[in-house]
Amino acid sequence: MSKFKKKQGGSMPAISTASLPDIIFILLFFFMVATKMRQNTLLIKNDLPYADQVEKLDKKDLVMYIYAGKPSDAYKKYGTETRIQLNDKFAGVEDIAAFIASERASKREELVPFLTTALKVDKDANMGLIGDIKQELRKVNALKINYTTRRGNVFDRR
Amino acid sequence: MAKRAAPEVNAGSMADIAFLLLIFFLVTTTIETDTGINRKLPPIDDTQQDVIIKQKNIFTVLINGKDQLLVEDEIMELKDLRKAAKEFLDNGGDGTCDYCQGKKSPSSSDNPDKAIISVKNERETSYKMYISVQNELVAAYNELRDRRALSKYGKTFSDMQADYDDVNWPGNKEKLKEKLDQIKVEYPQKLSEVQ
Repeated sequence: MSKFKKKQGGSMPAISTASLPDIIFILLFFFMVATKMRQNTLLIKNDLPYADQVEKLDKKDLVMYIYAGKPSDAYKKYGTETRIQLNDKFAGVEDIAAFIASERASKREELVPFLTTALKVDKDANMGLIGDIKQELRKVNALKINYTTRRGNVFDRR
Repeated sequence: MAKRAAPEVNAGSMADIAFLLLIFFLVTTTIETDTGINRKLPPIDDTQQDVIIKQKNIFTVLINGKDQLLVEDEIMELKDLRKAAKEFLDNGGDGTCDYCQGKKSPSSSDNPDKAIISVKNERETSYKMYISVQNELVAAYNELRDRRALSKYGKTFSDMQADYDDVNWPGNKEKLKEKLDQIKVEYPQKLSEVQ
């Protein structure tokens, strides 16, 4: 019994914290895999409505985004009416034609008929502005559109 | 000279590096919503339709500024819209449609091929109401197509569509496309939006 020296003190061993970074790495990998780099900073409030007959928008590089909604709280100086946002800036209805033309110019010729315009509109926006946007799109012959919505039930969402 | 044990690298700052990277990704990325209702706008055409369309073949849906629905000149709730649209499309009034299971009423559409649903909204209508109406009408078409595909091919239209889009599906996609197109011809989506 005297061959083994009894440890003095009787203190508990400290908990090893070497694996805490591993937990953080797991969270980091989740974010790296499940998200995309943000394309546009949203200056407007954009609560999309819900719908259940939705289809996935594939081919992200063949999609042009038009955002519409009321300016968010940080940008209240632009007013409280529904505005259109194209590529990080506010725009008017007349800028849509130029935007479509520049997007088409940046893609290859044979892909131009496959371009889709995604309308990401806040659920409280008025249809008057949307009707104007659709009229402009018809004028430049950008006829494939997609009303972007979240997947969910249409009823009882007041 | 006794060799000293190599000093351990202090791993306490690994967590800091991980936090930095995590905060970077949290700030610069978004979880994108990329689902929506696909639609095709009609081309700007100065030549108006000179085809005479019978009044019974048109299903009018009007949405006013207060988000109220007027369907075929009657006030209707949103929850009844899907059923009403299905009854209209599936009516088969003149008997030429052998797959229709509707009432065959002479005051509703003749054939799904001739049936047109027209949606009109005002400037003050909210976008949410507009999307809900579009959703219900597209749902009516999809449910009719599902029912028809199930009776004809044993599989719903949505399942066939999902198979077609699936890269790993082993069957013959040419034949599947023909079947899908056949169903689309039997219940064509004729949604017009007048200004």
